[in-house]
Amino acid sequence: MAKITLDAFQKLRSEQAIGRRESKGIHVVVSMGTCGIAAGAKRILKTFLDEIHMLKLPNVAIKQTGCMGLCYAEPTVEIRMKDMPNTLYGRVDIPIAKKIVEEHLIGHRLVGNHVYDYPAKDILCEGEDYLNEAKLKQFRVVLRNCGVINPEDIKEYIARQGYVALKKVLFEMRPEEVLEELKISGLRGRGGAGFPIWLKWKLSADAEGDEKYVICNGDEGDPGAYMDRSALEGDPHSIIEAMAIAAKTVASNQGVIYVRAEYPLAIERLGIALSQAREMGLLGKDILESGFDFDIEIRLGAGAFVCGEETALLASTEGNRGMPTPKPPFPATHGLFDKPTVINNVETLANIPCIIEKGGAWFKSIGTEKSPGTKVFALTGRIENSGLVEVPMGTTLREIIYDIGGGIRDGKEFKAVQTGGPSGGVITKDFLDTPIDFDSLTAIGSMMGSGGMIVMDEGDCIVDVTKFYMEFCVDESCGKCSPCRIGTKRMHQILDQITKGNGIPDDVQKLQNIGHATKMASLCGLGQTSANPVLSTLRYFEKEYLEHINEGKCRAARCKNLVSYTIDAEKCVGCMLCAKQCPVPCITGERKKLHVIDQNRCIKCGICHDVCKFDAVIVA
Amino acid sequence: MVAGKGIVTRKVALSDNLKAFIEKWQERPGNLIMILHRVQQEYRYVPREVAFEVARVLDIPLAKIYGIITFYHFFKLEKPGEINLHVCTGTACYMKGANELISKLENLLDVRAGGTTADGKFSIETVRCVGCCGLAPVLMAEDEVYGKLTTEKLQGVISHYT
Repeated sequence: MAKITLDAFQKLRSEQAIGRRESKGIHVVVSMGTCGIAAGAKRILKTFLDEIHMLKLPNVAIKQTGCMGLCYAEPTVEIRMKDMPNTLYGRVDIPIAKKIVEEHLIGHRLVGNHVYDYPAKDILCEGEDYLNEAKLKQFRVVLRNCGVINPEDIKEYIARQGYVALKKVLFEMRPEEVLEELKISGLRGRGGAGFPIWLKWKLSADAEGDEKYVICNGDEGDPGAYMDRSALEGDPHSIIEAMAIAAKTVASNQGVIYVRAEYPLAIERLGIALSQAREMGLLGKDILESGFDFDIEIRLGAGAFVCGEETALLASTEGNRGMPTPKPPFPATHGLFDKPTVINNVETLANIPCIIEKGGAWFKSIGTEKSPGTKVFALTGRIENSGLVEVPMGTTLREIIYDIGGGIRDGKEFKAVQTGGPSGGVITKDFLDTPIDFDSLTAIGSMMGSGGMIVMDEGDCIVDVTKFYMEFCVDESCGKCSPCRIGTKRMHQILDQITKGNGIPDDVQKLQNIGHATKMASLCGLGQTSANPVLSTLRYFEKEYLEHINEGKCRAARCKNLVSYTIDAEKCVGCMLCAKQCPVPCITGERKKLHVIDQNRCIKCGICHDVCKFDAVIVA
Repeated sequence: MVAGKGIVTRKVALSDNLKAFIEKWQERPGNLIMILHRVQQEYRYVPREVAFEVARVLDIPLAKIYGIITFYHFFKLEKPGEINLHVCTGTACYMKGANELISKLENLLDVRAGGTTADGKFSIETVRCVGCCGLAPVLMAEDEVYGKLTTEKLQGVISHYT
C-alpha cells in the first residue's frame, strides 16, 4: 500500500462504502475478541473454512471481527447473504457450524434455537430492516464497529466513515473550532472522573512548548471491566484517528498508547492497525499531504492498577515505578517528560471521530443534560446474559439488568449492583429506577468508574465482596502515601476479622473513621476512592455487618466461619447422596437412616446442601 | 564474573535478537519497562545475570531494575513452571468461585499459589481480570483460556498438559 493523497483517499472511501453496501455473495463473520476465542471461535472459524472448502461453495467470504458484546452467547457468527435476513447465531459449536453451512448457506433455512437478536443499533445502521428497533435499548457509538468490521483491515474501517473526521480536522477546521465542537458536545472523560474533554484539550493547546504528547490510557485495571479491551481489539483505528485529531488540535506530533500487557490480542491488533495507517499515510510525516506530522508508539503496562491514574501512568511511561505525583501541576501543562500532554481513556477517544463528523449538537442530543453520549458497561456477575452493553446515559439500572441482561440468574432475588469496581460502591433495589449518569451515581454513593457493573444476588455476602475489593486495594496501593497504604490495610484487617466471626461492635465506627480519613488524605484517585466500597456498603447494608458482628451470622452463607451445616432429621430419607459427594468425607449414616455431619471435620464446602434433593441440609 | 552483595553471578551473553532490541530502544527515554518485557518474553522471567547485563548496557544502577521488577506484578524474579496456570481473580471470577479453584489446584499439584511444582512443570499464579468475565470463573494456561470452570474440570485441564 502506498501513501495516499487526499483525492485518492476520498475515492477509496466511496468505493469501499459502496462495495460494502452492495456486496454480493455470502459473508460468514466470526466474532474473534478475546472472549470469543476463549469460547472456541478459532475452532469455529476453521470448521467454516474446512466445510466451505470441502463443499466447494462459491462466493463465500469468511472473516473475523471484534466482540459484539454478547459474551454469554459466544462464540457468535453472523451470516449475511442474499434472499436471507442478516442472521446472528450464538453458542455455536462445531456441529452447529456444520449445520449452519448445510441449512442456512445451502438450504436457505434458519438453524433454530441458535438465532439471537441483534443487541444494538449503531449510528451507521439506523433503520436497517433486520433490527427489531422497538426492542433495542442499546445504542452504539463507542462500539459502532466492534463486531462489524475486520479490525485487521483498515479498508473496512474506511468503508464505515473511518478517517473522515481526521480529514475534516486536517483540512476544514481550525483547532479552536474542534475545541468548540467538543465543548458543545459536552463529552466527559470516560475513565471515571468525568472531566470535560474540551477543557483538558484546551489547557494543552494553550500550554507553551515545542513538544507535546497525546496519550491513550489503555491501562484498564478494574477487575471486572473490559470495555477498553474490546474497543482496542474490535476497532483500533478509531482510537488512532481520535489521537491524531487530538494531536492536530493541541499541536502535538507524538502519541503514546499505554496498554496492559495482559491484553496480548489488543496489542497485536493495535500494532497491525498502526502499521497499516502508516503505510497509507494516515500516520507519520505529512499526513494526507496536509503538512501535519504525527506518529504513535505502543508502551506496555506491567500489571499495576495504580497506573490507570494519569500521573502514575506518566511515571510508568517514563520507565519508572508507577507512582502518582500531586496535582497541580496537571499533565495538560506538565505531563510526559514534563511536556504538555493530553491523556484520554480509550472509550473517550472512541467517541471523538463521531463528534467531529456529526457535530457536537448531535452528540449532546444523546444521553442526559450533564452527561451526554453513551456509556459502555461490562455487565457481569449473577446475571443471565453477561456481556458488554452500550446505552445512552440516563438509562436506568432496571433497563440494563432486566431488559438487556435478562435478569438474575437461576431466578434468584436481586440484592445489589456494584459499579465502578474498587473505586465504586453498591446500588440497591431502591435505586433501580434512577437514570444513571456521572452525577446521579456519585449522589447515591457509588461512581461511574470505568464501567464495571457486577450484579449480586441473595447468595452474595456484602461484607465478603467488600473485603475482596479492599484486598485488591491493599495489593495495588503503590505505598507512596501513608493514608492509602495504611488505611486500606487496616480496613482490610477489620473486614477480614468480621468475616471470620471475630468482629467487635466498635468495628463499624472504626471502618467509617478510617474510610473517611483515607478518602480525605490520600494523594491520588486510588486512595481517595478506595474506601468507597466500605462506606457505601455501610450506608445501605449496615444491618448485614451487624449480623456478622453481633449474631455471628452470614445470611448469604459465604463467610465459612459463620456457617454450619446440619441435617434435618425430619427431611433426611437416607439416600446417601451427600455422604458420597462429601469431599472430606465427614458425613456418616446408613441407607434409609438419618445421616449426620461431623462438625469438627466439616470444611463447609456446601456440596451436601447443593446435592440434597430433599432440602434436608440446613445452613445456619 | 560479576560480584554483587557477596553473591557471584555468572556473566551471560545476550541473544542477538535481544541485543538488537535493546539497541533500538537504547536512546529512547523511558525504555526500561519495554526492555524488561522483551527480556521476560525470552526467558519467561528476569534472570539475575541478565539484569546485571541490562544494567551494564544501559548504564543504570541494578537497583533501578530491581525496583521496577518488584513494583510491577507482571515481572518475575523466579523462573515459572513450563505451564503457567493463571487463575483469574477478578470480581466476577471471585464471586463464582476462583478461590475454590485455587485451593483445588493447590491440592492437585501439591504446590501453593505463587509457587512451582518440584518437577518444574506447573506453576500456579493469580491474575487480576483477564477480561473474560462472561466466562467466569476463568483459568489461563499459557495462551489457552478455560472458561466456566468447576473444581471437577481442573484435573482435565492439567491432564491436557501431562
